[in-house]
Amino acid sequence: MAVCVAVIAKENYPLYIRSVPTENELKFHYMVHTSLDVVDEKISAMGKALVDQRELYLGLLYPTEDYKVYGYVTNSRVKFVMVVDSSNTALRDNEIRSMFRKLHNSYTDVMCNPFYNPGDRIQSRTFDSMVTSMMIQVC
Amino acid sequence: MLRFTFSGSCVCSSVIPPARVLPRTGAGDQNLFTSIYPTLSQQLPREPMEWRRSYGRAPKMIHLESNFVQFKEELLPKEGNKALLTFPFLHIYWTECCDTEVYKATVKDDLTKWQNVLKAHSSVDWLIVVVENDAKKKNKTNILPRTSIVDKIRNDFCNKQSDRCVVLSDPLKDSSRTQESWNAFLTKLRTLLLMSFTKNLGKFEDDMRTLREKRTEPGWSFCEYFMVQEELAFVFEMLQQFEDALVQYDELDALFSQYVVNFGAGDGANWLTFFCQPVKSWNGLILRKPIDMEKRELIQRQEATLLDLRSYLFSRQCTLLLFLQRPWEVAQRALELLHNCVQELKLLEVSVPPGALDCWVFLSCLEVLQRIEGCCDRAQIDSNIAHTVGLWSYATEKLKSLGYLCGLVSEKGPNSEDLNRTVDLLAGLGAERPETANTAQSPYKKLKEALSSVEAFEKHYLDLSHATIEMYTSIGRIRSAKFVGKDLAEFYMRKKLPQKAEMYLQGALKNYLAEGWALPITHTRKQLAECQKHLGQIENYLQTSSLLASDRHLSEEERKYFCREILNFASQQPASPGHKIVLPMQSFAQLRDLHFTPSNAVVHVGGVLSVEITVCSQMPVAVHVEQIAINVHFSIEKNNYRKTAEWLTKHKTSNGIINFPVETSPFPESQNSLPALELYETFERSPSDNSLNTTGIICKNVHMLLRRQESSTSLETPSGVALEDGAHVLKCSSVTLEPGANTITFRTQAKEPGTYTLRQLCASLGPVWFVLPHIYPLVQYDVYSQEPQLHVEPLADSLLAGIPQKVKFTVTTGHYTVKNGDSLQLSNAEAMFILCHAENRAVISSNTREKASDASFRVQSSDKVTSISLPAAPAYHMIEFELEVLSLPSAPATGGESKMLGMTEPQRKHKDTQKAAHCMATTDHKVSIDCPWSIYSTVIALTFSVPFRTRHSLLSAGTRKYVQVCVQNLSELDFQLSDSKLVDTSGSTDLQLIPLNTTSQQHIYSKQSVFFVWELKWTREPPPSLHCQFSVGFSPASEERLSISLKPYTYEFQVENFFTLYNVKAEILPPVGTEHCKTGSLCSLEVSITRLSDLLEVDKDEALTESDEYFSTKLMYEVVDNSSNWAVCGKSSGVISMPVAAQATHRVHMEVMPLFAGYLPLPDVRLFKYLPHRSAHSSQLDADSWIENDSLSVDKQVDDQLDSSSLRSRASVHSATGSEHKGLPMPRLQALPPGQVFNSSTGTQILVIPSKDDHVLEVSVT
Repeated sequence: MAVCVAVIAKENYPLYIRSVPTENELKFHYMVHTSLDVVDEKISAMGKALVDQRELYLGLLYPTEDYKVYGYVTNSRVKFVMVVDSSNTALRDNEIRSMFRKLHNSYTDVMCNPFYNPGDRIQSRTFDSMVTSMMIQVC
Repeated sequence: MLRFTFSGSCVCSSVIPPARVLPRTGAGDQNLFTSIYPTLSQQLPREPMEWRRSYGRAPKMIHLESNFVQFKEELLPKEGNKALLTFPFLHIYWTECCDTEVYKATVKDDLTKWQNVLKAHSSVDWLIVVVENDAKKKNKTNILPRTSIVDKIRNDFCNKQSDRCVVLSDPLKDSSRTQESWNAFLTKLRTLLLMSFTKNLGKFEDDMRTLREKRTEPGWSFCEYFMVQEELAFVFEMLQQFEDALVQYDELDALFSQYVVNFGAGDGANWLTFFCQPVKSWNGLILRKPIDMEKRELIQRQEATLLDLRSYLFSRQCTLLLFLQRPWEVAQRALELLHNCVQELKLLEVSVPPGALDCWVFLSCLEVLQRIEGCCDRAQIDSNIAHTVGLWSYATEKLKSLGYLCGLVSEKGPNSEDLNRTVDLLAGLGAERPETANTAQSPYKKLKEALSSVEAFEKHYLDLSHATIEMYTSIGRIRSAKFVGKDLAEFYMRKKLPQKAEMYLQGALKNYLAEGWALPITHTRKQLAECQKHLGQIENYLQTSSLLASDRHLSEEERKYFCREILNFASQQPASPGHKIVLPMQSFAQLRDLHFTPSNAVVHVGGVLSVEITVCSQMPVAVHVEQIAINVHFSIEKNNYRKTAEWLTKHKTSNGIINFPVETSPFPESQNSLPALELYETFERSPSDNSLNTTGIICKNVHMLLRRQESSTSLETPSGVALEDGAHVLKCSSVTLEPGANTITFRTQAKEPGTYTLRQLCASLGPVWFVLPHIYPLVQYDVYSQEPQLHVEPLADSLLAGIPQKVKFTVTTGHYTVKNGDSLQLSNAEAMFILCHAENRAVISSNTREKASDASFRVQSSDKVTSISLPAAPAYHMIEFELEVLSLPSAPATGGESKMLGMTEPQRKHKDTQKAAHCMATTDHKVSIDCPWSIYSTVIALTFSVPFRTRHSLLSAGTRKYVQVCVQNLSELDFQLSDSKLVDTSGSTDLQLIPLNTTSQQHIYSKQSVFFVWELKWTREPPPSLHCQFSVGFSPASEERLSISLKPYTYEFQVENFFTLYNVKAEILPPVGTEHCKTGSLCSLEVSITRLSDLLEVDKDEALTESDEYFSTKLMYEVVDNSSNWAVCGKSSGVISMPVAAQATHRVHMEVMPLFAGYLPLPDVRLFKYLPHRSAHSSQLDADSWIENDSLSVDKQVDDQLDSSSLRSRASVHSATGSEHKGLPMPRLQALPPGQVFNSSTGTQILVIPSKDDHVLEVSVT
């Protein structure tokens, strides 16, 4: 389904990034990093919209020939970026949304762990397996 | 502008087939229509009409414009007609006929024929126009108004549709009537036109939908359907309903996309296989023409390829979007389209020659960009870069891949294979389109030029890249800009231009470092390393290599390679000896922890200190380091508490290990460097009333937080590391650092006292120096030198006098070495001794409290000096021992003390005891000690507390006298008291002190008292005063036996006037005749004062009067009942003259009344010595005046007084107690000392019974 999932801290360093093992990992790192430009743009365009009205889902950040990059930002400005294969036409906006929601829930669980230091890299096995399930599901 | 046209009696056509204007009426009326036509075509679109639409679509105002065509039967649509554009919406019959005859003859037939044709084609949209002409009318005379031609026509043709026939009067005249009739006609025409249009459009849409629903049937063709729906789009477009037109294309787009997707999912439609034919032409989008007829025809002929269809569709969408003023959407959709096409070709497995798509995309990107630029001004474009930059970037990317494909990026240029490929690609472009042929910068020309030569490619590629980077930068998409920059760097590296590549790589690396993206960092660094190697930047290359060698994201082989690069360089003979390459240590090895021995990191001068560091080597292989050194900064800090021996002995560090935080490099700079906020509350109070003025929070490390972020310094340059050249260096040579943790130990001998701060850690490998510029947290060690010192302090909280007490001696040797024979010379204080024991043990320990040894020492005492010979001890050690000292229990009574305790001033004595009740009296002893290390003496003060406080009192029983001594133990200890003695110090033999105490030992507990009593007996006349000394032996109760005999505790005091002179006896007698006193009834009080001795020495004072060998003294008595049991009636006091002779008795009689019943104590009788005023004369006068003054208070029931002076004396009692009275001199009263008066009736009580007639019985029990 997703070929790369990344969680990026408020300060824009990666808290978690994982891509399908078959592909060149570096490529996705670059792609996710570059997509932060659009995330930043979208966040600043959102401006000071009321928190409860704010849409966390940022939509398609930018398409490339082979991939589509979607973004999501939490209220604490932690960003989720998901890269999806362009050829995977089965994935609609709604599916992407629900995947992000799942990711957000799992991330919240990570944050709830008293032994997790906010700002540290995510090493939770539960989170990892959730991401794995998101990546396997279709592809 | 496009318009929609209608034609005369029949209708035709839009712009697409160029407009034909074919008016028509009856054959003869062609001229009529021609004459009207200009006005008609001009007037028709002037007024807008409201267009109501089906399916709830919003109504719109539209302007109708029509094309008029001469009616021909073959123009009428056949059944199943799909053309909407050429559809005749309204058929109009024009006639000028005004003659009934003519009408009947020709026009009617003509009309009938026309109507039949229409009916045959089931067309109901028609109109008959009768043009009336005044000029023509005049010629005809026999016209009946009622049977006008119009009526006839209506009657014949307009069956219940009278509105289908209109009259147009004098159309060519300029009169109001003409105007009116024109307006009416136009309105009618518009309404009918619109009606027809709506009806036919609805029908068309329905047909179209029906056709669409058939798409699953075999044989359904997308291209056919495409043409039908496009017809609708054209109609909307002509009506200027671009939105609606666009919707048609979008629907087509979506439909096609869905088919492609379904095809990918295995559900292929037959017609789609046609689009799967191999791509042979890739000439890009064409957006300059509103309709690309060439491509349209291909679709119509069902010969279009996928790219053709997509191109045509997009060109139409683009045109409409531009009409809608939405150029930015064009850009956005273009990018989507390009991505989508590439995907679709992949999905449909269309065979595409390599590079063909790149060409197509490149051309299309540029075409879209140029098209947008063509319809927007510069400012608009600049403010919407965000929309177009994607296309720029995409074009750049595609050009790059074309360049790589065609061998234009390599150093050598394209080979023949590359050239062949280039030729093939160029062939696929075809010839340039005529519409761009004259444009210098057309995409076609650009591509052709770029592929023509290496130089041209470079120029175009750089142009595009720079433009893209600039655009990204200008809209703040820095990351994207850096990413394009990296591509550019790669290009430069391929072109062997590392100096140009470096800038881009550094920029990108900085960006990744700042945001902590590990993999991009590693990758970029690897590229940078190569670049630096080519550039010959040795230092930078070595640093990057060291970073890469320690990078865990690289494979072991790669890490080893970079590590070897460093080692190889280090082993080379340097070109210029002494040249150092200084690199930061962080990547090479990390300092983990540091440990001092001794663990508190304090050594004395000459002591040995070792520092053990743990260094974690980051290198993948073992590295042999020539030398590891720690630079140490030395500073002399005076009065540094850390260096004193006290600090040493009091502070014990936990384990002496200092841990260094492990820096995790992948985390972004910002996170690491910013310290945490240090916030503190502040309160500012006003100085006057301490009320709160301001309160707030202060950040104490603002300077750290608000520091400007260093943006200019590159993170990868080693310039920040400066090698310190310190005089003090800890070194360790020839160390091999294995990967992982290594322990290195440095040893040093402390030389100068001061504080040493570890500053830098360097590891050297030949000319390469790895330097840790700052060791943080701060690590220091101290070297101290210390003066020898002696401390003497009691073991207990306070020292007690009189018993042996332990005192601790501590000798801190400091830099002095105690030799055998060194001794402390104590000059003895007078009342303090040092008790010598046969065996004394001293403990010698090092400054860090490690016990070194035990030694015995000797103490020798002579009269003046006690000598303690110290055991030998090395420097910086401590000798500790304890000695017993004894202070004499009580110092000889000082003058003050005896006066305080004297009987004469009982008041003051009492006050004093109060004050001293809680603390013991103390004595200070000063001892001066001569130490061997100093020519000066050390003076030590020891304070001893006296454990007891003693009080004494005199007790009388008639003339017998007793002395009571109270000893109070103030200390915490219990004591045994023994051998209590009281001796008269005057030593007179006629006085005897007979002890009434037990002779055995007495235990006195802590905080408790013991009383001793002696009876005083004398044989001759006693002396007026008696000096006594009380002494009692004491020893601590807890100790079994003391080695030495202790001095007894002594107390000296004086007793004066202890001989009883007067005996006072009081007696109350019930009234005569009754047995008991009753409350409320008067009783008599008899006081008798008896002199017990003859004239004594103590009597000789002012009160004594002598007449004829007969002495008398004046006394004042006073009866006071403090407990208010008695009411004294009459005088309660009086002055009597007392003869000074034994057994002389004076009796006083008074009346008293008991106020309560019960056993009542007698009222007090007090006796005072009555001293006259010094001038006896005036006192007499005074006394008289007193009587007068006092006369009012004199009771009626006056005198059983023996003496009239009693009245006077009473007055004087008042004046003695009260304050001055009229300032006159008064007689004085002096209390008799308690030893001189004995009240024999003290404590007697008398029974008082309640009176019978009392209603209330009060019983007072005392």
